[in-house]
Amino acid sequence: MKPFTIHRGKTAGIDRANIDTDQIIPKQFLKRIERTGFGQFLFYDWRYLSDGTPNPEFELNRPENEGATILVADENFGCGSSREHAPWALQDYGFRVIIAPSFADIFYNNCLKNGLLPIRLDKEDVRYLLRQSERADYELTVSLEEQRVFDDEGFSRPFDIDPYRKQLLLKGWDEIDLTFVYEAHIAAYERRHCPRP
Amino acid sequence: MKPKTIIDKIWENHVVYREEGKPDLLYIDLHLVHEVTSPQAFEGLRQKGRKVRRPDLTFATMDHNVPTVNRFVITDEVARNQIAALERNCREFGIPLADLHSEEQGIVHVIGPELGLTQPGKTIVCGDSHTSTHGAFGALAFGIGTSEVEHVLATQTLWQHKPKTLQICINGRLGKGVTAKDVILAIIGRYGVGVGTGYIIEFTGEAIRRMSMEERMTICNMSIEAGARAGLISPDETTFAYLRGRKYAPKGEEFDKAVERWRALASDEGAKYDKTIEIDASTIAPMVTWGTNPAMSTSVDGVVPHPEQFESKTEQNAVRRALEYMGLRPGTPITDIPVQHVFIGSCTNSRLSDLRAAASIVKGKKVAPGVRALVVPGSQQVKKQAEAEGLAQIFIDAGFEWRDSGCSACLGMNPDIIPEGEHCASTSNRNFEGRQGKGARTHLVSPVMAAAAAIYGHFVDVRQLEAEPVC
Repeated sequence: MKPFTIHRGKTAGIDRANIDTDQIIPKQFLKRIERTGFGQFLFYDWRYLSDGTPNPEFELNRPENEGATILVADENFGCGSSREHAPWALQDYGFRVIIAPSFADIFYNNCLKNGLLPIRLDKEDVRYLLRQSERADYELTVSLEEQRVFDDEGFSRPFDIDPYRKQLLLKGWDEIDLTFVYEAHIAAYERRHCPRP
Repeated sequence: MKPKTIIDKIWENHVVYREEGKPDLLYIDLHLVHEVTSPQAFEGLRQKGRKVRRPDLTFATMDHNVPTVNRFVITDEVARNQIAALERNCREFGIPLADLHSEEQGIVHVIGPELGLTQPGKTIVCGDSHTSTHGAFGALAFGIGTSEVEHVLATQTLWQHKPKTLQICINGRLGKGVTAKDVILAIIGRYGVGVGTGYIIEFTGEAIRRMSMEERMTICNMSIEAGARAGLISPDETTFAYLRGRKYAPKGEEFDKAVERWRALASDEGAKYDKTIEIDASTIAPMVTWGTNPAMSTSVDGVVPHPEQFESKTEQNAVRRALEYMGLRPGTPITDIPVQHVFIGSCTNSRLSDLRAAASIVKGKKVAPGVRALVVPGSQQVKKQAEAEGLAQIFIDAGFEWRDSGCSACLGMNPDIIPEGEHCASTSNRNFEGRQGKGARTHLVSPVMAAAAAIYGHFVDVRQLEAEPVC
């Protein structure tokens, strides 16, 4: 996993609640057996018109959102299916951070496993960021070390993250390698509860 | 001793390692695998030269991509590759696989219970959000992403923080024509798609106790649509009776010993939950969704709501957007909504009892002109049983298409897709935009409601149908 320490980038807002993983990456693109190349299909049904041309109405297609790396959305972002293709697509498109008042559980975990940082902020702060995101020149800085989101205009908010996940993200560690450190515990558990046939 | 919930008990039984400031390392008893969320995980193992730690605790099948007619002729090359990849991966890593030729093949959440792999007290995971289904047996079952699939394959464990506990108690008895599907839709409709976020739900109460295992599976299946990590039900005699004699369930004396252990798992009297919701079963009516998430629903005797009825601007906008997508006008009675497609199937409602219930409505009648109706059994075993007891013929005689098992039109990853702009009465679990096909308009309902919609070409209140049978 690519480490995440500090990131500064442009924001893009999608002012909708309950954005589900079927929207983030529609099912017809889940048949690939690679982890890469999903960015082109991100928000496919919203992003493109039936004739395949970009839908000018869709937020990410607006000129002011070009090159954005921080996505801001309303509550319960990533609800629905467990498909990890959703964070893969967001990341492949160029996003490093997602900010919302709340996230669906599986999606939140999936992001952390891929170095895509999901940040929960209060609803009012998210409203503020959604408004700011309408500007083409608005940028945010996200420091994972300090657990803080701030801009150059005085906005600065702390955010919570599980200390264990934070450590993994900062170092970009492979979690499976870490778990192997506990091999003796796993083997002991198996002897007691779940012997091999 | 302090009374404990079943959630506390299962959790404590599975902690491999615990340390302050870290999630618990939990042991996983059963890992179910399907073709869509596993290829990248197996590839990850290969790249690092890792093995599958416990192939004997892993079980695979293919369900999402498989065609439900001419199942061996997969014309979509990418889908075919994904299915071939699962076959290759299972062979290479020694994982048992119920493939398309197997009599045991079916939707992963239908075959786990059917084969007796799903048992009380187990921790069960699968790269699929509807893994919560298995909670019906008093198992702690939840969906995971592909990275976690890889982690479980390699280590048979997961690092997990213990979620909070939410008790949803359904008191009293359900009225006629009201099913488990209506209960879970009513819960989500009243409390929202986020009510379970951060929680594991335990469903309790008389209405739940009176339910069959298949009804309980429907309830737990959609816990994820309420945002919950998992949903479960304490095991009881109904659970044990279902499991007795199943292929992978303990046999003979071992079964009796297992039942003693399982019995002790049930939540203790007086156990504390972080939150409790109580619902009177008699207030629940047959439900129909009118919008684009499972909370956007009303009872069949209701009308499509007006956006202004909702409090926040965000909600109003979401409702406006949903109504536009669904092509519905506020104030329209639900029973006036015409239906062009009917889908009876999915991990929510494709089991034998679902098909029996639907067939009882369909028997001796015909599918309305202009309606295309599909019955997709949840597994090849369900299909065989339904054929043996004459259900298949009832559907076929009425003009339904009778298919092989698979996820089918629940998510349209296979040829079963609902066309743009058309309404589908569906027994599945998600009515998201584009879920059943780009522009498809999904209405989530119970199997009896779907069957009735197929016969009449629009939604009908199944309670009245029983009172005065029409035609």
